Formats: sequence, structure tokens, C-alpha cells
Amino acid sequence: MTRTPLRPLARILNARQKGENPDSIERENLRLRHEVMRDKSRGSAQLRLVVLALSFFGAFTLIGARMGTIAASEPVEPRTASAGTEIDAGRADIVDRNGRILATNMLTHALYVQTRDLIDPARVAKELAAIFPDLDEKTLLRRFTDGRSFLWVRKVLSPEQMQQVHEIGDPGLLFGPREMRLYPNGTLAAHVLGGSSFGAEGVNSAEVIGTAGLEKFEDARLRDPAQAGTPLVTSLDITVQAAVEDVLASGITMMNAKGGAAILMDVNTGEIVALAAGPTFDPNDRPANPTSGDPSDSPLFNRAVQGVYELGSTFKIFAASQAIELGLVTPETLVDANAPMYYGKFKINEFEGHNYGPMLSVSDIIAKSSNVGTAHIAMMIGGERQQAFLKSLGLFDASPVELVEAKGAKPLRPARWPEIVTITAAYGHGISGSPLNLAAAYASIANGGIKVTPTLLKRTEPMQGPRILSKAVALQAVGMMRRVVTEGTASLGDVPGYAVAGKTGTAEKTRKGGGYIKDKVVNTFASVFPANDPKYVLVVTLDEPSENTGSKPRRTAGWTAVPVAAEIIRRAAPLLGLRPQVEAASLDGLVAVKN
Amino acid sequence: MRPVLYVLSFLAVMALGFWAYRENYATQSALRDVTDLQNEIGSLRESLSIERAEWAYLNRPDRLRDLATVNFDRLGLLPMVPQQFGEVAQIAFPPAPLVTNLPIEGGEMVSGTLPVAGEQTP
Repeated sequence: MTRTPLRPLARILNARQKGENPDSIERENLRLRHEVMRDKSRGSAQLRLVVLALSFFGAFTLIGARMGTIAASEPVEPRTASAGTEIDAGRADIVDRNGRILATNMLTHALYVQTRDLIDPARVAKELAAIFPDLDEKTLLRRFTDGRSFLWVRKVLSPEQMQQVHEIGDPGLLFGPREMRLYPNGTLAAHVLGGSSFGAEGVNSAEVIGTAGLEKFEDARLRDPAQAGTPLVTSLDITVQAAVEDVLASGITMMNAKGGAAILMDVNTGEIVALAAGPTFDPNDRPANPTSGDPSDSPLFNRAVQGVYELGSTFKIFAASQAIELGLVTPETLVDANAPMYYGKFKINEFEGHNYGPMLSVSDIIAKSSNVGTAHIAMMIGGERQQAFLKSLGLFDASPVELVEAKGAKPLRPARWPEIVTITAAYGHGISGSPLNLAAAYASIANGGIKVTPTLLKRTEPMQGPRILSKAVALQAVGMMRRVVTEGTASLGDVPGYAVAGKTGTAEKTRKGGGYIKDKVVNTFASVFPANDPKYVLVVTLDEPSENTGSKPRRTAGWTAVPVAAEIIRRAAPLLGLRPQVEAASLDGLVAVKN
Repeated sequence: MRPVLYVLSFLAVMALGFWAYRENYATQSALRDVTDLQNEIGSLRESLSIERAEWAYLNRPDRLRDLATVNFDRLGLLPMVPQQFGEVAQIAFPPAPLVTNLPIEGGEMVSGTLPVAGEQTP
């Protein structure tokens, strides 16, 4: 473009001749130039605005139209998508360590009534009452006719019942599909699985929520749609669990016990292979939570996890192994065991007033279960170190296992820890814990001194916990426990081929107001097998047992819990694939089995 | 020239219309097939899960134990005991296979009739 000069010479000269001010020409030209520039920039600004407005208009139209079509059209599933993408609305299965089903879902139907569509309410009420004996005809009829329009009749129906309801043929009777939680093994592992029930219910579906046990603890994982296709793999083994439950149930009956618990745990991984508690229940038809009476009398009460008992002499091995670890004693060191022992106003006795003293070796103290000897060892250790050790074994905290009940079962221990508590805690009095706490603590010793965190989910690697005992001391502790079985209080616990080691414990139950009840005891046998290379820990607890075959009832663990534990090991160890070690199967043995 | 072009383009439009019509219906039927298949997959999955539940129910340890007790005469099943573990050395070697095709040396020719089955031979 040609630029017009502000002061064109011709016009300036012309103006000068006429006597005008040439500056006005310059101003005029400047004004014209500014006008041109202004017009140009206005034009481009207008263009920008129009383009901007158009693009906004286009974008809003596009979004608006899309929103409109989405809102106006019927929702459909993307039908062309591949079927491989599994989005399961159901709850994930629970399986045992070998993939056998413990809990699964089944499709069934719920029955509901639209009362306005009922043709003959009286007949429907009569026929429904005939199909379901627990429904009352009069109540049903009143509900059908009291003005409500909608009414649930049954939460789940069997196919036969559904057919019978179909045959009533009333248009007001309607079915809604339901995913029902099914425990095909019945009472097996009931205390682990807990139970489930329906949460929010709609006509087309209902949510299944866990109400107890593993089902409740892992509720979020089980309901996660992304993981619904992959089952939750537990550490339980159905076969072993069934054998343990079988033996425990007969043990409870034979020993006239109120209940019992058995825990079988892998010492290296902390996996619980079997966890049984008796009496048991059927999770398919879980009884209601008890509202009155002692909750521990309900079959729902999981004695293995919730039962916080004084575990008695089973604690002695902790004092002995800690004293060896600290270098205070060796298994052969002689310790004062002269009973009864007096500490201030307290008198410490042996079982049935025995006196194993005056001196006993540490190993004999464990084998004979001497309270006085253990008390002396505990005084050597001192309260603070004892507390720290028991805490490191996990005996002061609720067990971290994957059951909701576990959190509420915190071990009971005295708030203050004077020396008398040090003494009594060493032999398991005045301090309580659940059998599961004890099993984890024994596993920590049996695996060579690595702290074990118990779990119900399958683990593949050994525990990576802190070391609490040196390997040599742990071996010595297991060796001392082996002597308990070969020549001590648990002589009935010997299972040929499996070198059982263990420690018995008998504790009297505490009265609510305080003090002990003489003839109500809790017997515990915590065992480790095989002793030369410990693989499993088995804790058997019996609640109020008494063995009545003798002239007077026997209530010590050696007579009640130990034989039950021995039978469990005899049955379970072959199932766990443990080969008997000491004697190879003799030909005579084979013949005897054949007969 | 021009009328030929018109006719050709008209025919092309007709052909394309026919093709689009067929494609439309083919797509719709394919979609219906997919829906049917997915419904079938869903119901098969459902019945599979029921079969698995039934399998687990029929194989529950309680029932197997009862069955083993009921059929003890025939099966003789008892709980596994430690004595049943054996050593590999306890297992007998399988009998040596019969040696056939031995070389026959110095054989003789024998002739006669084979006895008929059921007939007494002296």
C-alpha cells in the first residue's frame, strides 16, 4: 500500500502561497490516516468476534444436540462390544486353598405382591399359607386388604415353591430375581465364613452384604465389581478343616465340654489351615444374634477368636525361652522350685499341692509344668522385659486376622504390672488371650523365632516378620516342649511318626465378680509338629471339659485337650502331606490297617 | 452422451440404494445374533455357576463321609492314617514282560489238527 506523506510538498507550497497554516494539512492527513487504521482494526476485531461466536455456537449446539439425543433415546447396552469383558454384578466366590468352593451365589427368586392386581385375595392368602407353613392366612389376608399396594412375602424361594406359587395363577403375585449366597458345605468353616444377608432390596435385585466373619471383613473386596470374577482364596483346606471339625466335635462330646476350639496354622507363612469352633451353626440359615444371656453360649460365638481365656501354663514356655534368649539360664540350669512359694501375702502352689523341688532344671520345669519354677525364672527376667517380650509375640493386641470378630476380642491384661503380676503372668494367670493369639505366638517360636501374623488368606511366601528369638533358642524351646509330650504332662499327645511337641495349660474360669470357679476350667494344649522341623502349630482349647471315666472327674488339659489334639494330628497330618518320620510304616502296621 | 450419463448415474444410485438397504438389514440381524449369543452366554454362565455350586454341595465332606460309611462293605474306606505312607522301595517291581519272538533253533515240523473248542481231547 502506498503511504500518503503527512506533509505533501505541493500542498504545503500551495498553502504557504495562500498564507494558510501548513500544519493543518499535516493534522488533516494524520486524522485521515488514523481513521483508516481504526477502520481496519475494527474490521478485524469484528471478524474475530464473529468467528468466536460461531465456534461457540457450533460447540454448544453440538453438545446440546448430543445431550438431547442421549436424554431422549432409550438406553441400550453396547451390543457390538465383545463378550470377553466380564462385569459381574454378583458377589465374588470364596474358595479354599485348592480352589474348592466355600461360598458361592445362586440365582433364585423373591416373591412379592401387588395388592391392586390381586383378583381373589382370600384364595391367594389361603393357598400361600398352604405352601409356606410359617405364614398365617389371616395375617396375609389382612395385609392384602389393608390398603397397601406392595408387599414382600418371601425373600428367597426354592424352584419347587416357585412352581407352586405359579400354579396359584394370580396376576398380583410377582417374582423378583435374587442372587442368593450359598454355603454348599453347610456348617463347615461356619465361624470363618460368618454369614450374609440382603441389604437394600429392590424388585429387580437386592444387594448381598456380609454380616459376620470373613464375609463382613472382606465385604468391600467381595462386592467390588472389578474383582467379582476372581474368587477370594482363603488359606483353609476343606479336607483338613472337615477332619479337624469332626474330631473336635467328638472331643467336645466325649470330654463333656461346653464348647471348644481348634486352630491349625502353618508356622512359616502364618496361614490358618483349619479353624474350628464348637458348637457350630449353619451359615445358610444363620441364627439371630442372641439378645439375652451370655453371648458365649450362642453357637455364633467363635471360641477360637472371640474366646478370651486365661490360657494357663501354656505361657510358661514364653518365660523359659525368653530367659534362655537373655542368657540368664540354659535348659539344664537348676532353678529353685520349692513349693509352696511365698511372695508377700501371696502363696504360689503347684497343681494339687505337689512339690517338684527343691531344684528343677528349666527343661523339667516345662515338662512338669512347675508354677514355682516359672515364677523364679520370671523374677530373673523382670516385669519390663517380660512385658516387651509378650507384646512382641502379639499377646497384648487383638489378633490381626481377617475376621470382624477378632477386633473386639482384645486380650485382657492388668493395667499395672507389679512383680506379682510378673510372676502370675509367667504361668498364664491374670492375663487372657484368645486361642488364636496363642497359636500365633507358638508359631513364632516354632518357625525359628520370626514373628508370625496369622492370616486366613492364602500366602505363598514365608513370613517376613521381625526376629524375636534366635534360631538356636527357638530350637531349644521346641526341644523342651517335646519333653512335655515324651515324659511330661502331655504324654497322651504322642503321635508315632510326628514327634509332637507342646505345652498343656489348665486355667480356672473367672467369676464375673472376681475370683475363680473351681470346677469350671479352660483346658488348652498348644502343640507343634513335627518337633525336629516344625511345620504346623495346633492349639486345642476345651471350655469346661471333664473326663469322667475315672473315679473322679479329671479336668486337666493332659486328660482332655491333649487326646483330642493327638487325634487331630493323627487325622490331619497325613492329609497335610506330612510323611511320618521316625519309623517307616512296618509291614505289621499295614496288615493291621487292612484288617 | 449426456442421456447415457444420466441413465448410468441413475442406475448407480439404484445399486447403491439396494446395497445400503441390504447392509442395513444384515447389520440389524448381526446385532440380533450378538444379543442372542450374549443372552445365551449369560444363561450358560448362570447354569455353570449353579453346576459348580451343586458339585460343591454334592462333594461336601459331610456327605462324602456318610457315603463312605454307608458303602463301607464295598469300598472299605477309612480315614487316612500315617501308616499308609510307604517307601518307594516297598512297591514291587512290575513283572518282567514275557519274552516273545525267541529264535527257534533245531525245531521240528509238526502237523495235525487243532482241537475244536468244547471238544474233549484225549
